[in-house]
Amino acid sequence: MNLIVNGNETNVDGELTVNELLTEQNVKMPEMVSVELNGQILRRSEFESTKLNEGDAVEFLYFMGGGHASERATD
Amino acid sequence: MPLSEQQIERYSRHIILEQVGGAGQEKLLSSKVLIVGAGGLGAPAGLYLAAAGVGTIGLVDADSVDLTNLQRQIIHHTSDLGVEKVASARNKMQAINPEVTVETYHIKATADNIRKIIPGYDFVIDGTDNFPAKFLINDACFFERIPFSHAGILRFEGQLITVLPRETACYRCIFHSAPPAGAVPTCSQAGVLGVLAGVIGSLQATEAMKYLLDIGDLVTNALLTYNALTLEFRKVRLNRNPDCPLCGENPQITELTDEEQTICDLNDSKH
Ligand SMILES: [Zn+2]
Repeated sequence: MNLIVNGNETNVDGELTVNELLTEQNVKMPEMVSVELNGQILRRSEFESTKLNEGDAVEFLYFMGGGHASERATD
Repeated sequence: MPLSEQQIERYSRHIILEQVGGAGQEKLLSSKVLIVGAGGLGAPAGLYLAAAGVGTIGLVDADSVDLTNLQRQIIHHTSDLGVEKVASARNKMQAINPEVTVETYHIKATADNIRKIIPGYDFVIDGTDNFPAKFLINDACFFERIPFSHAGILRFEGQLITVLPRETACYRCIFHSAPPAGAVPTCSQAGVLGVLAGVIGSLQATEAMKYLLDIGDLVTNALLTYNALTLEFRKVRLNRNPDCPLCGENPQITELTDEEQTICDLNDSKH
């Protein structure tokens, strides 16, 4: 299935939920990420149940402070 | 008030811009911008807005200049170590442009004091370094209906959004609330490329000036992200979130309160 993740075309195997995509994309601290799916911000409680479809545009938006004091969610 | 000859000379590079002109410069001179956080982001914003002749600039910061600040907070000099950041910043801004009034607030912004400070300002720049302050500024600007620029920087990346409260997507439309307790196991120092603060803080000043002059398009309903390593800017389109706890359809936040610091104690942190 082809998705657009943070603006990049990304191919993933099989069906995925948002939670599974977060894992697949190596997001280590999903609590530090907001997810936008096709222009709408998802509720955190929907990460588990929301299945992704071919062509979906997904954006991971990260909490960012002022330069230190919070570790970013991925490497 | 008509511009003096000296002002016409000082601001000549603005005045010759068709979109600014003498009228625009007069508008800037009678405008008021509040900068919360006189650190990495606030430094370039304060310097450029003072140079531009924004008539009144407020600075809110409870900290004093520390050696670790000097790598990126270019408004503070080595000779300012130990000096209150608001005083240090005011000195540089007035050295650049003595006709700018700089109001200083040597306090930590809280729900109690912020609502007394921001009314009367035309635009607010969030140059703070921690999430409770960022939510506080978002909420205070919502209740007081004052447009503001939010920004964050980390390592080699930065982000920016301008919010016109009740009209365009707010910080809580994207980030509902601070991350849950325990989300971040350690309060490790992630670091930041110094110049990143200059890039993003300058963009915040740009947004303030565009708003004051009513020119161009603001970064509203979009999060601008910047990656210094790839030198890529992206605009992630956003909509107002009907679920937003502040500006959504069923708001849970109906009065200004301090967001609890759930990540780690940032009391000792420097901007
Ligand atoms: Zn909102």
